[in-house]
Amino acid sequence: MNTRQIDQQQLLKDEKDPLTHTPVHLLSLESVGKHYGSIVALTDVTMAVDNGRVTCVLGDNGAGKSTLIKIIAGLHQHDEGVLKVMGEERKFGSPRDALDVGIATVYQDLAVVPLMPIWRNFFLGSELTTGVGPFKKLDVQQMKDITKKELADMGIDLRDVEQPIGQLSGGERQCVAIARAVYFGAKVLILDEPTAALGVKQSGVVLRYILQARDRGLGVIFITHNPHHAFPVGDRFLLLKRGRSIGYYDKKDITLDELTSQMAGGAELAELAHELEQLGGHGDIVKAVQAEVADVGDAR
Amino acid sequence: MTITQSVTKPPALRDERVTKRNPFQKLLARPEVGALVGAIVLFVFFASVSQTFIQPNAFATVLYGSSTIGIMAVGVSLLMIGGEFDLSTGVAVISSALTASMFSWYFSMNVWVGVVLALVVSLGIGFINGWILMKTKLPSFIVTLATFLMLTGLNLGLTRMIGGGVSSPSISSMDGYQAARAIFASSVNIAGVDVNNTVFIWIALVAVASWVLLRTKVGNWIFAVGGDANAARAVGVPVKATKIGLFMAVGFCAWVLGMHNLFAFDAVQSGEGVGNEFLYIIAAVIGGCLLTGGYGSAVGGAIGAFIFGMANKGIVYAQWNPDWFKFFLGLMLLLATIVNLYVKRRADASKG
Repeated sequence: MNTRQIDQQQLLKDEKDPLTHTPVHLLSLESVGKHYGSIVALTDVTMAVDNGRVTCVLGDNGAGKSTLIKIIAGLHQHDEGVLKVMGEERKFGSPRDALDVGIATVYQDLAVVPLMPIWRNFFLGSELTTGVGPFKKLDVQQMKDITKKELADMGIDLRDVEQPIGQLSGGERQCVAIARAVYFGAKVLILDEPTAALGVKQSGVVLRYILQARDRGLGVIFITHNPHHAFPVGDRFLLLKRGRSIGYYDKKDITLDELTSQMAGGAELAELAHELEQLGGHGDIVKAVQAEVADVGDAR
Repeated sequence: MTITQSVTKPPALRDERVTKRNPFQKLLARPEVGALVGAIVLFVFFASVSQTFIQPNAFATVLYGSSTIGIMAVGVSLLMIGGEFDLSTGVAVISSALTASMFSWYFSMNVWVGVVLALVVSLGIGFINGWILMKTKLPSFIVTLATFLMLTGLNLGLTRMIGGGVSSPSISSMDGYQAARAIFASSVNIAGVDVNNTVFIWIALVAVASWVLLRTKVGNWIFAVGGDANAARAVGVPVKATKIGLFMAVGFCAWVLGMHNLFAFDAVQSGEGVGNEFLYIIAAVIGGCLLTGGYGSAVGGAIGAFIFGMANKGIVYAQWNPDWFKFFLGLMLLLATIVNLYVKRRADASKG
């Protein structure tokens, strides 16, 4: 079933470090695992992120997506395997460490402080200052101007960068967070379920920014449980289930159909239908869902 | 939702959708606006019921009363904006004063040695509060309640053990006393009115705190750790250091006020200070600091302290029974928190 999965060696062949022209991944994980006490959250996950590619990480709730990005973002440390940045083995002690090598994360809960103005949020943790010594002060005007300009460049036209970021819509906040990561020279951009809480139209806007970030040469890791969002923008797809990798595909080797059915677990749905029927539930509805899952490719 | 369009047009100097806000509207958006209105109402009220209230000397007394609350309210406001709470501040002031006086007295040293040691102890208490909080991740209410109880006990116990009484021995005849008194507890005559030094220290602290809060990196971090500590950590803000630093800033304020208490008289009652922590918190809350953190200002805390000072002394000047004071304070607190709640709801409201 998994014969078309990406082979690590094969993957590395096409990638060249722009500076040294040696084959190296921007970021790579080799058999990475993590456990919390006796609970295994993630085991034996291998993936690679490269310039100008979007790697989608797909999986249901509890599949280990969050654990995976927390390891890459420096919030947690992995217990097994190797994490390499530009071919160099690393273990991040804090989000700062990850940021310093150019790995920026846009979190599901957005990592913005709702009561603070947009420009303060934009520069939070990387404030611009002028002056020296104890009289070092924030360069307020420049930060406001840059925020406004960067957001305009991403196609986000805001009325006032002074308003609290909590007043923006979910999609707008996502875009501010993405623009922030791009501005601060992120090489790897991790997006944690950016479309999970958004409507159809706003999701589309966010997906467009993902492609913009890709076109700017960033390596994007897009975490989602929605194959319909992942397939149009992704170049590679890593499927997780119960903390394990159940597939790692190149876009040319997989269709949306296959992706969806692998994600939903076709066999499991059949089992569920059977089980519900025995319990006196509406098994036919589950069967209908199953059929729909199979049809989903045509629906797009 | 805005759609990507080619952004070729040069950015206009002023967005046409933003009407220029007049100064009044700008003022309304400030966190301390509720307190400011309250302060003006209270001032006009007391000025109309009491002739003495607006006389310069009486007003200097009001300012002095405000400053003894306000100095601590500066630190407590910053801490509250940073999302934490300190119940040990009231007794920590006394601990600081006791440290300075007992040490100098016991070892017969220059009082300045005691003053410096007290600073170290005060900063240390703040550090321990913050450090335990960050290590255990317990609510600051619990941690500082424990510190409050322990310090209360230590103040009483050590004073009796070393000095043999409930009050620290007088240090008025010791080396350096006059110089320290001149700094911490004397007054300056301005146009025939004696204004206590604490008023100037208070104003200076408010100015420094405001500048830090609004114009420095650290200020940005304080708002961020109070508003959403996880978000702040994720973008690389040193959350632990910021919070521990805030507790130490409160310690510094406690030291300043402790030194004033010591040198204004020459001895300190070891059982004092209990309950004052609430006055500082009330001043900060009236001044617009949210209990949940992430919002507020140092100026607000100062206005809160000024309201406290006016209500406290105004009732005396109006020749009313001081029993009414607590009622006033409670009413102010309630009104202020309702205004704050409204402000936060408005700020939180998402256009969705």
